[in-house]
Amino acid sequence: MIIGETPPPSGAFGVDAIAMTMRFGDFLALDNVELKVRPGSFHALLGENGAGKSTLVKCIMGYYHATEGDIIVGGREQAIANPKDAHALGLGMVYQHFTLVPAMTVAENLVLARDDVPAVVNWPKEMKELEAFLGRMPFKVPLGAKVSDISAGERQKCEILKQLYLKRRFLILDEPTSVLTPAEADEVLGMLREMVVRGELTILMITHKFREVMAFADDVTILRRGKLAGAGKVSELTPDEMARTMIGAEELTVQPPRTGKPGQARLELQKLRALDDAGAVAVHDISLTFRAGEIVGIAGVSGNGQRQLVEVLAGQREAESGEIRIAGDPYRASREEMRRHKMSLLPEEPLKNACVGGMSVADNIAFRDFDREPFARGGWWLNPRAFRDEARTKIARYKIKTRTPDTPISALSGGNVQRAVLARELGDEVEVLIAANPCFGLDFAAVAQIHAEIMAARNRGAAVLLVSEDLDELLELSDRLVVMFHGEFVYEARTSEADLTVVGRHMAGH
Amino acid sequence: MADGSIGLWTVPLAVLGGAIRVSTPFLFVSLGECITERSGRINLGLEGTLVMGAMSAYGISYLSGSPWLGVLAAGITGALLGALHAGICSLPRVNDVAVGIALMLFGTGLAFYLGKPLIEPTAPRLPAIDFGWWSDIPQVRAALRINVLFLIGVVLAPILYWAFRTTRWGLLIRTAGESADAARAMGHSVLLIRLRATMVGGFLAGIGGSFLSLFYPGSWNEGLSSGQGITAVALVIFARWDPLLCLWASLAFGGAAALGPALQSVGVTSGYHLFNAAPYILTLAIMIITCSPKRTLTGAPAELSITR
Repeated sequence: MIIGETPPPSGAFGVDAIAMTMRFGDFLALDNVELKVRPGSFHALLGENGAGKSTLVKCIMGYYHATEGDIIVGGREQAIANPKDAHALGLGMVYQHFTLVPAMTVAENLVLARDDVPAVVNWPKEMKELEAFLGRMPFKVPLGAKVSDISAGERQKCEILKQLYLKRRFLILDEPTSVLTPAEADEVLGMLREMVVRGELTILMITHKFREVMAFADDVTILRRGKLAGAGKVSELTPDEMARTMIGAEELTVQPPRTGKPGQARLELQKLRALDDAGAVAVHDISLTFRAGEIVGIAGVSGNGQRQLVEVLAGQREAESGEIRIAGDPYRASREEMRRHKMSLLPEEPLKNACVGGMSVADNIAFRDFDREPFARGGWWLNPRAFRDEARTKIARYKIKTRTPDTPISALSGGNVQRAVLARELGDEVEVLIAANPCFGLDFAAVAQIHAEIMAARNRGAAVLLVSEDLDELLELSDRLVVMFHGEFVYEARTSEADLTVVGRHMAGH
Repeated sequence: MADGSIGLWTVPLAVLGGAIRVSTPFLFVSLGECITERSGRINLGLEGTLVMGAMSAYGISYLSGSPWLGVLAAGITGALLGALHAGICSLPRVNDVAVGIALMLFGTGLAFYLGKPLIEPTAPRLPAIDFGWWSDIPQVRAALRINVLFLIGVVLAPILYWAFRTTRWGLLIRTAGESADAARAMGHSVLLIRLRATMVGGFLAGIGGSFLSLFYPGSWNEGLSSGQGITAVALVIFARWDPLLCLWASLAFGGAAALGPALQSVGVTSGYHLFNAAPYILTLAIMIITCSPKRTLTGAPAELSITR
């Protein structure tokens, strides 16, 4: 490539990041990393949480300014001072968190994203132009619908369409399929792949799904702890090799084998109904029985009532009607009932839903029993030493990385917050376990440990309700698989007999 | 009716006239606050802005002899107070509610201090248009003498409604209020958008204040505002951040506030103070009926500190 060449006015171009180093204070987030994305290629960027993937692409997009290193766009070195500079060069990014405005329509969001929004928008004319644009695009979205009313899959399509509408020719996608069903993911990535093959687009995709890397990517770059760990053509690599490059020499917790048969009914839901924050029915009269020594996986695209179901079971939301029974007794999510029935919870976003961020690790670990012997005398006089002793034992047993037991829990990394919750919720006997996306955003080591603990709880005879957006996790752990769509259970099968295409179809509501 | 006595019809007529009169400051403050809140910030200091607007309008009107210059001065004063609020709020870790309360006290205090010499003199007042010329009945004519600011406010509400949907500024304000992340990802400065929205909001609230001193009651004293500024902030919530609903809500509040004096004029004097409390009872009743602990407010800008 000749230095000094400008990016071509249309069609795909490549981006190289050379010798990138990024320092945040004492912390070295990127250490001399190199990334070469060929023009007209589909490039995957792999790495664990905290490996520096996001930092690297944010440096390319101008959100961060690399301490050292150069960005070469279409063969020419560019100083990208802010995202606007990157946009002007034709670079666009689809974020993991949606950047659409939920209260606005799809059309408003698209027009708003332009650099040249007219002072007064001529809506009839804009709508005509938008429809013409959509006609040329591989996937469709409802222009007049509010973003808050469309599914997560459609939102992700909107985000990608927005970038194409803005005529971006180098797209960075940050885990674009985490909210999609496998079929939707294949559809979206397949269509983007076609645009890449036609030479209209270059794609750099951050992901941790090897299946998608194998199926859609040409090249791969793997980061580990801020360093370049490997790179090459996907066709010359296997998923195992990539995984090993990602994790390095770290040892993972071994998951115990599945033992024992499911026993008697433990947790029963009868015509349970719950509303969402807007007052619409989110959980629609569902009934299901969970047995002891069984993991029931609830599959589904997020936003289909799973969150509200878990919140009702956790006591964070009142059920509108219906009944919950544990071991035959009615259950209304009081602390007393949770203790009596040995019910444990691993809610999603543990720092928000299962911890008090400003309180210490020791306090957070003691929440279940803080007002009982030996933590409290007479139910009110607390014994700080007992808190700290208990915390030390559990910190060692669950490998929680914290400076001291008195460190505020919000100072811990996501994986260690979840380990602390795990220590509290699974440290004693468990009869019912509710887990919601327990591994979301965590690294391999934490995921392996959490999976092992959940399986061990099942083997000890707990009834486990596992809600997850990750189908692979559900297929690995559950005995029985249920699909939730629009607040209802629409499909149920033994996991060993479940057909992935049928599951995917039900997740999409067909 | 030939004798000019209209009996009990006096009450609804007086309520109508009162609604128009009393609602004007509510209308301007709530439209201004609507703009500010749609951008994702709440300005509780509008009570102070209202009183400062009333004082400066009266002062400038008295000194220049033109009430319209007074209105402009009130708007500019309001915009400056808005800029002060937005400026303080753009500092890290500053809570907009606390700043608003501080500015409410600051605004009223400053107005009383600077307005001391204005209590005695009489300033030229704003004109009204006589829509009741066709009638012989004095009560009808009184009710239909409509002030020009009210008419401007009535036109402004649908314009704002339209502007939120179809203008670039409307879309940007909504984006900043609904998702600051989205606005930043598009390369807009959220702080700048909010600064401008708060200044425009202050401008309108200042004009609302000028109505108090230049039309009704039409003089400057320290008891001029009975909390209209702070009530109007609540009114925006009740109107679900919709400028058209702000207009109707202002009229309803104005009507409720006019109920006491209207009943007094036909001789119902018992419970006068109770009827004067009608707007506040109305507020409570509406809030209880429309709010639920199980639901979030519909239409609330997602970035607002009170709904987040």
